[in-house]
Parts: sequence; C-alpha cells; structure tokens
Amino acid sequence: MALNETEVLAGLTEIIVEETGIDAGDVALEKSFTDDLDIDSLSMMTIVAQAEDKFEVTIPDDEVKNLATVGDAVGFITKAQG
Amino acid sequence: MGLLEGKKLLITGVLTDSSIAFHAARLAQEEGAELVLTSFGRQFKLTETFARRLPKPAPVVQLDVTNEDDLNGLADAVREHVDSLDGVVHSIGFAPQSVMGGNFLAAQWPDVATALEVSAFSLKSLSTAALPLMTGGGAVVGLTFDAQFAWPVYDWMGVAKAAFESTARYLARDLGPHGVRVNLVSAGPIRTTAAKSIPGFEKMEGGWPDRAPLGWDQTTAEPAARGVAALLSDWFPATTGEIVHVDGGVHIMGV
Repeated sequence: MALNETEVLAGLTEIIVEETGIDAGDVALEKSFTDDLDIDSLSMMTIVAQAEDKFEVTIPDDEVKNLATVGDAVGFITKAQG
Repeated sequence: MGLLEGKKLLITGVLTDSSIAFHAARLAQEEGAELVLTSFGRQFKLTETFARRLPKPAPVVQLDVTNEDDLNGLADAVREHVDSLDGVVHSIGFAPQSVMGGNFLAAQWPDVATALEVSAFSLKSLSTAALPLMTGGGAVVGLTFDAQFAWPVYDWMGVAKAAFESTARYLARDLGPHGVRVNLVSAGPIRTTAAKSIPGFEKMEGGWPDRAPLGWDQTTAEPAARGVAALLSDWFPATTGEIVHVDGGVHIMGV
C-alpha cells in the first residue's frame, strides 16, 4: 500500500530522530539535511538505507545528492513507491 | 558443493552494498559460508542495515581495531555466533583527509600515525585477535591498492598500504606455523564509499580501463570479491604472503 506524503514524512521523521537525536518538531519539509539539521554524509547514508527498508524503495546513490531537503526526500520516496 | 561450504568467516568492512566486503560476504554466503561481520561506532547501524540485505542476514559484532577492549573481546563476541573461524577478511582503512588529496608534504605525524594504525597495524591486531578461533588453521585475506607506486592523491594512504603489504608478509611468516595463510588482493580502483571519500579519487582511476589488458570496470566489486573468496578457499593451500592482482592486468604494463 503506497503511503501519502504525510505518512512518509512521519516515517522519515522517526528515522531522522533515531539517527541524529534531534527533536521531531525540528523536522519539516523545508529543512535542509545539511544546513538546518546538520546531518553529515555517514548519517545521511544511514537514513537513506533505513528509509529504503522502511518504505521498500530504492534510492540510488546518484539521486541522494539531489535530496537537499526533507521535502525532496519525501517527494522522491512517495513517487518511488509507485 | 560451494567453494566455501561449511566455512565460518569473520568479515570486516561492510559499510554499504558498494563495499568490496559486502560483495565478498555475499559471494561467501552463496558459496556456502557462515558469516559474522564487524563494525563499530556510528557506522554500526549502517552495517547492520546492509547485513540484513545479504542473501542470509548476518550478525554484526563490535570491533574498533584501535580499541584494546574490543580486540580482547573479539573471540568471545564471535563465539556467540560460531564456535570457530576458518577465515578472516580485513577490509579496513582510514586516513584523515589532511593526509590525502595532494597534501603529502604538509602532512603531520599524528594524522599519518592514525592512517598507519587503522590501515596497516590493524591487520596484525585483527589476525591475532581472531587467532584463538582458528584452531584448525585458516586464511586471512586483506585488500590493498598496489603500494609499489606513487599514485595521484592517495598520498599517506599509499604509504599505509606499503606498510600493510609488509605486515601481511611478516604475519604470513609468523602465522604459517599455526596453519594460517595470509594473502592480499590488490584491486583496481572501485567506486566504493571509501573511495569516494578520497579527495580527487577520479585522478587515481586515470585511464585504468584503457591501460588494463582485460579492461576494468570501476563500478563493480565482483572481481575483487571473487579474488577474496578464492583466497579464503582450500584451493590455495600452499600460498601465503602473496599479493594477487585483481586489476585487469594494469600492474604488468609499462605505460
């Protein structure tokens, strides 16, 4: 069952909070992974891998650098679910 | 019967599915081996995630090769999953960015020391930590990048690989009486996460596919992983201290 954007955001927020310890309230669609949430490349790889498992999608390495904001990731995952 | 049927192996260095170690692990399972992986610190969760993507999910135990407690506890941690080991894969390397990428002359000793400890001395640390489990002999296999040459941007990591290759020879000498073989695969450049972290890595790839008599594909770790599997197997029973080039043949070419 494909999830909508709100559901994907909720699931992705859980993953981000677990990896980084930041407050769930700080995770929002417009937030930049690097500039706002201070997520480094190792954390980003972990978040991407866990999101792939959780949402049963593939996020290619070449695509990850296009995912600047939480919203970019939510959009990609929502579409990738098909 | 698989090439590694019934073998119990400890595999370090699985970070993502681009890691050479991931493909060595996958192939080893396909060939019948039972695995325990290692990881540490912030990488641990990532290793666990990719360990679940192997043909059979594999357990991950804590091992920072610079941590005495981890090294002393390794045998017991592994014994929680398998009672002995037939082989160990060393796929570990690290150098601070300050000693790679064209800063050879500016490098400072503490950073170089880190590179040497994590990337070279760790072969000795890992092998001796695992030795109590290799009661029936075994194979240690490591991954190098040809240390005979000065490469663009590789800098002190290249020096660390020279120390690593020498460490493998001395280990082969001293572990031979235990029935343990120590061999290395010298792979061509592969676009792993580790490689991409080397500033200017593309300069190291320079012309490799054109220079290789067999050609070379930087996007696959399969050939290197097959080399590792072969050296772990019983088909090199009298080979130790060897470096097998899995580089498309570049090492034999003058120009």
